[in-house]
Amino acid sequence: MAIVEIESLSKSYFRDSLEIPVLRNLTFSIPEGEFVALMGPSGSGKTTLLNLIAGIDRPTKGKVKVAGTDLAQLSEGELAKWRARHIGFIFQFYNLIPVLTAYENVELPLLLTSLSKVERKKHVETALGIVGLSDRMHHYPRQLSGGQEQRVAIARAITTDPTLILADEPTGDLDKQSAEEILELLSRLNSEFKKTIVIVTHDPRVAEKARIKKHLDKGELS
Amino acid sequence: MKILKLAIKNAGRHKLRTGLTIVGLAVAVMAFGLIRTVIDAWYAGAEASAPDRLVSRNAINIIFPLPLSYKDQIAKVSGVEKITYAHWTGAYYVDPKQFFANFAVDHNTFLDLFPEYILDSAGLAKFKTERTAAICGQILADRFGWKVGDRVRLIGTIYPGNWDLTLVGIYKGRDKTSDESAFFMRWDYLDENLRATVPGRAGYVGWYTFKISNPNDAARISAVVDSMFKNSLAETLTETEKAFQLSFVSMSGTIIKSLQIVSYLIIGIILLVLTNTMAMAARERISEYAVMKTLGFRPKHLIGLVTGESLFIGIFGGILGMLLVFPMAGGFGEAMKYFFPVFGVKAQTLLLAGIFSLAVGLLASIFPVVRAIRISIVDGLRKVG
Repeated sequence: MAIVEIESLSKSYFRDSLEIPVLRNLTFSIPEGEFVALMGPSGSGKTTLLNLIAGIDRPTKGKVKVAGTDLAQLSEGELAKWRARHIGFIFQFYNLIPVLTAYENVELPLLLTSLSKVERKKHVETALGIVGLSDRMHHYPRQLSGGQEQRVAIARAITTDPTLILADEPTGDLDKQSAEEILELLSRLNSEFKKTIVIVTHDPRVAEKARIKKHLDKGELS
Repeated sequence: MKILKLAIKNAGRHKLRTGLTIVGLAVAVMAFGLIRTVIDAWYAGAEASAPDRLVSRNAINIIFPLPLSYKDQIAKVSGVEKITYAHWTGAYYVDPKQFFANFAVDHNTFLDLFPEYILDSAGLAKFKTERTAAICGQILADRFGWKVGDRVRLIGTIYPGNWDLTLVGIYKGRDKTSDESAFFMRWDYLDENLRATVPGRAGYVGWYTFKISNPNDAARISAVVDSMFKNSLAETLTETEKAFQLSFVSMSGTIIKSLQIVSYLIIGIILLVLTNTMAMAARERISEYAVMKTLGFRPKHLIGLVTGESLFIGIFGGILGMLLVFPMAGGFGEAMKYFFPVFGVKAQTLLLAGIFSLAVGLLASIFPVVRAIRISIVDGLRKVG
């Protein structure tokens, strides 16, 4: 069963009256439980495609359906709620809130749920346990290494048990060893917890971990 | 952990910037409170006025006197209980720069009309029996180091000559709002001297003050009194004591208006300062707002986050400023106690300062909130790194 269905998807940006096409008429689907790598050179449209799947950008043309929901049909408010429920997003630069501890950063998306404080605590501890940072939960981002920060970001992405985990160059800012550990962690989330993962990368070694690889070049699948 | 907690944590990110903004806000609120207190001090005389006291003065201007003969006629008006009269003497003690209010009053009736001036019975008895007797308030006595029994020479200006007086009593104010910085000599002593030196100026008083039995009758009695002297050489203008006092305040109207404008300008300036601080903060955190939006946070959460931080700074600075008003007003009041005998921070001033602090906090967050809400997630995330 496809968790992501993309149909005739195009995305252009406009600079004054000049149209800059980024994605051109893409059609593909991602089965549930898969580990997919979106590859391609810089400017090929990988991140734009990931943003469209995440519902943080709107397509110029075409349709994006995630878990049966046509994202075009949702208002901004509905889309925000939908993201909170279905999407776990991992950024290249971790994007943790610097004034919050690892625990508080991971708890952040749970504040949008109806979970009690005790339930939230359980979720946060579980997520931090999965990424191996139970002993760092009260550390601030500045007290963590880059790899540890990205683990916290992963814990934040999985703490709500989302339908889909999207990662934009999650190892792009890490040293080789940390990158390996993050990839192992993502692989584990996919194999052990059956999470559907879409990862954007231009690094072939990263893509090796994925079962499905999709290459983008100048906005088209090749 | 809630949004408010995050807002407060955000306020502490740039401790120096936030600290300076809070100090700036505190100084502005303190200055606002001090200026409002100065303005209130100007109106203190009017605020302390009794509602059952009316004042009749010359309709042309306060500097024109009224004949003493009006006294008995006014006293007969229905509703008038007691009457007294006074003259502004405008004299000084040693140095003309050392201003203080001094009057010639009717020694028999004056203190009956002004029970807020508490004078001991010995002083009162002497004031009523010794023609050169004078009394003054405690603040004035302290200012010049006067004691009961001292000989005091006032040097006349409106009524030239040296006025050698004996201080027979020092009164105290019944209330905090009672003026303890005035000086009273006897009108008959003044008048006696005028009869001898400038007879044409004798037999006149500056104004009449009379107590009425029912304050609700003030308008009627005022009309009756004024009609009695209509078309005479000295027509009267009768008004409540408060209106009479306010007519003096209005002479300084431009200064007071200027102070009021300055007090609001201060609030305006600090609004710009806080807006700038919040705008800088919002600009720095655009990527974080984008991340929070990605996680599913909605505009209402961002409003809470930005406004909460702005309000925190506004309230904190406001409270600090309000606390600072008291020592500043205390020092200022002490330094200016001869000019502003009644000087104190009013609850209303604090309330106003509090409201302005809140308003500044709210208004300063509008621009950054709009910016945080409007920026798209994609644009916000581009600012990462």
